Amino acid sequence: MVTNITSFGRSGLSDWLMQRVSAVILALYTVFIVAFLLFNPNLDYYAWSGLFSQTWMRIFSLLAFVAIAAHAWIGLWTVTTDYLKSTRLRVGAQAVIILGIFVYLVWGIQILWGA
Amino acid sequence: MYKAVNSKRPVNLDLTTIHFPLPALTSITHRITGVILFVGLIFAFWALGKSLSSPAGFDAVSDALANNFLAKLIAWGLLSALAFHFVAGIKHLLMDADIGVTLEGGVKKAQITVVVSAVLIILAGVWVW
Repeated sequence: MVTNITSFGRSGLSDWLMQRVSAVILALYTVFIVAFLLFNPNLDYYAWSGLFSQTWMRIFSLLAFVAIAAHAWIGLWTVTTDYLKSTRLRVGAQAVIILGIFVYLVWGIQILWGA
Repeated sequence: MYKAVNSKRPVNLDLTTIHFPLPALTSITHRITGVILFVGLIFAFWALGKSLSSPAGFDAVSDALANNFLAKLIAWGLLSALAFHFVAGIKHLLMDADIGVTLEGGVKKAQITVVVSAVLIILAGVWVW
């Protein structure tokens, strides 16, 4: 089996599955958020923050943020590996991407549980 | 100089006669929209954080989305990228499920991807404006 130290799950098959699982989670989250906004055209702060204060919504949101982290890493790893042939450039770009993903994750947790 | 091929072979230097097939174009667009969405998350996280911070923060975000042209443009742009990435992603899942994995099926699915995402992009524009 071919393994790669910079891929997400160290194996292509594992990455392939993670990309699909995270995609389905993100698709469900997207549909939910869009539907919520469409069905609440006169949304105010209290209804909006009320939604995000529910435990199930925080779990769903954190699941989506973790899915973003996995999905973005696998996708951007694929893109950078395909187009950035210089090792220095590719690893540099991937380091920036990992840092960005980490910032998004911490930022997301901070938003969900309040600063 | 090392010659790898026989020079009698025909050479097409008219690049305008060469073009990507539609499935290749939807594939590269899927990648480009993915990169756009990753960068665009900055705006999405900012809007989510600001709107949940306080009633004033919520009003600031909804006011920007209602009156600020640049904010509307960014929202529409990100929704458009999301719409295409979403539809192209479902196409991927169909391919994984072995549905339409033929040359004709691939072209047809790429056509459907373009049409459905175009409709969603227009609807997103109507929603934003």
